[in-house]
Amino acid sequence: MMNKSEKTALLQSAGATKEIEGRSLWRDARIRLFRNKAAVGSMIILGIITLLAIIAPLLSPYAYDQIDWGYIQEGPNWENGHIFGTDGNGRDLFVRVLYGARVSLAVGLLATAVSLIIGVTYGAIAGYFGGKIDSIMMRFVDVLYSLPFMFFVIMLMVVFGRNIFLIFVALGAVEWLTMARIVRGQTLSLRRREFIEAAHATGVSNFKIIFRHVIPNVLGPVIVYMTLTIPQVILTESFLSFLGLGVQEPLTSWGVLISEGAKVIEASTWMLIYPAVFLALTLFCFNFIGDGLRDALDPKDR
Amino acid sequence: MLSYAIRRLLIAIPTLFIVITVAFFMMRIAPGGPFDQERALPPEIEKNIKAAYDLDKPLIEQYGIYIGKLLQGDFGPSIKIRDFSVAELIMAGAPASMQLGLSAIALALVFGIGFGTYAALRQNSAVDFAVMGIAMIGIAIPNFVMAPLLSLVFGLYLAILPTAGWGDGEIQYKILPIIALALPQIAYIARLTRGSMVEVLHSNYIRTARAKGLREKLVVNRHAIKGALLPVISYLGPATAAVMTGSVVIESIFGVPGIGTYFIKAALNRDYPLVMGVVIVYAVMIIMLNFLVDMVYGLLDPKLKSP
Repeated sequence: MMNKSEKTALLQSAGATKEIEGRSLWRDARIRLFRNKAAVGSMIILGIITLLAIIAPLLSPYAYDQIDWGYIQEGPNWENGHIFGTDGNGRDLFVRVLYGARVSLAVGLLATAVSLIIGVTYGAIAGYFGGKIDSIMMRFVDVLYSLPFMFFVIMLMVVFGRNIFLIFVALGAVEWLTMARIVRGQTLSLRRREFIEAAHATGVSNFKIIFRHVIPNVLGPVIVYMTLTIPQVILTESFLSFLGLGVQEPLTSWGVLISEGAKVIEASTWMLIYPAVFLALTLFCFNFIGDGLRDALDPKDR
Repeated sequence: MLSYAIRRLLIAIPTLFIVITVAFFMMRIAPGGPFDQERALPPEIEKNIKAAYDLDKPLIEQYGIYIGKLLQGDFGPSIKIRDFSVAELIMAGAPASMQLGLSAIALALVFGIGFGTYAALRQNSAVDFAVMGIAMIGIAIPNFVMAPLLSLVFGLYLAILPTAGWGDGEIQYKILPIIALALPQIAYIARLTRGSMVEVLHSNYIRTARAKGLREKLVVNRHAIKGALLPVISYLGPATAAVMTGSVVIESIFGVPGIGTYFIKAALNRDYPLVMGVVIVYAVMIIMLNFLVDMVYGLLDPKLKSP
């Protein structure tokens, strides 16, 4: 598979007419993706949420840990600037929801990156070498699969204190298993293909073949699964924070805010509704983008 | 098939052993101990208490003692909930957790497969989009958001069900926790069923069945369902794990006296034997269910049958 510039260069050197420009797999996929309204809409909404999270401090006169003694646990009110209301400590909920977005999105992206690195490397190595190495490596994954992983994550958080860095690593370490399976399956079907054999014959090292030739060719399913892992991780982080095991005060995340809101739901529904809506909307968007990417990269289902 | 079953069972034993070992050492190498939060005891007394729970011995020796007792079916005493053994606590909490978990999975299967099939048979119709849209919402709203909302609407506004609590285990106390646990799974299974059903309905053997002149009902019920359910069955393992972890939160939101509530409390209090007990119970259940799923899968999928 060549990318567009290589292809154009090849065509030019062959003296072919420039008008017949090849449409690469990726370009095809991009066109299909942008035709999918749900996916495009989701990308726009996610973009807005991300932007809001980045410029959060500029949007409100209040800081995320600033206590407004005049308005403790007051409902949404446009006149005093607390447009989402305030929490039980008189802190502005709008700013806190956006700071929560920072944490939740960062955890989602970074933990997914960790799982991506472990899963893709592991799966590609197992699939590429095959045979005994493959069966030992995948048996290990099978064993890990049947562990009650969330309990280990909960124990890990309880035991080693609650710092954000640990959340990334713990969640990434849990989520790589499926990624490894997907990549291994794809690699198995790739490793007997001619271009890998050609690389072998020209004396390219195994390591280089895996990283230069195998992994770029399994990127399609990996990207799809990655988009679906991000909401999974965000959800898990919220779950941990809800239990009081995630990020700590005065920092916050959507899970923390939801858990605070759930406690006072009868008196102050807004404290639950706003963070919950943001969380649900984000998960919704990632799922739609994942579905859209799958349809775009895997045309067989249409 | 039989040798496959035996092989799978044999793998379960080392898996369980790994769970126990990792959990044991993870708890112990952590800073802090079960008696940290209490007022400082005179050193002699603390020494005696630690000796009573074997906490004064080297870690490896403690591990040996624990495994030895475990093999005899002894989970040890709870450190924090005095006068109760871990086995007693688990026996007291398990019925509630089991009822919630199993009902939620049953509910998820029935409604998930039902909705999924219904949508697949009307692919790309308004009904299909509506069902899948609702399913997407079900996936995007986590159960710890759904639970307080359900409790607010049905418990407070409509006042037809209790907001929380367990009573004497009457049915009205169970409805909301079960629904909160089941909803995300219903949504997920519905999406899974629809996807695979659509694929199966376009396959050759279904075309053959239709060409034979079979009634649509028979085509779906006898031929299509069997093939379409394979992904759903293999999802049952992860689904159980998800329901169990979910029950930790749901039980504490609704105040259900199950083993999920113990887990968090025990882990925070460093009640080592109780944490171990709960982890082992959950691990055994997940491993058993995975085994069962593999067996059913082997029976249903003709590709796995030996010739």
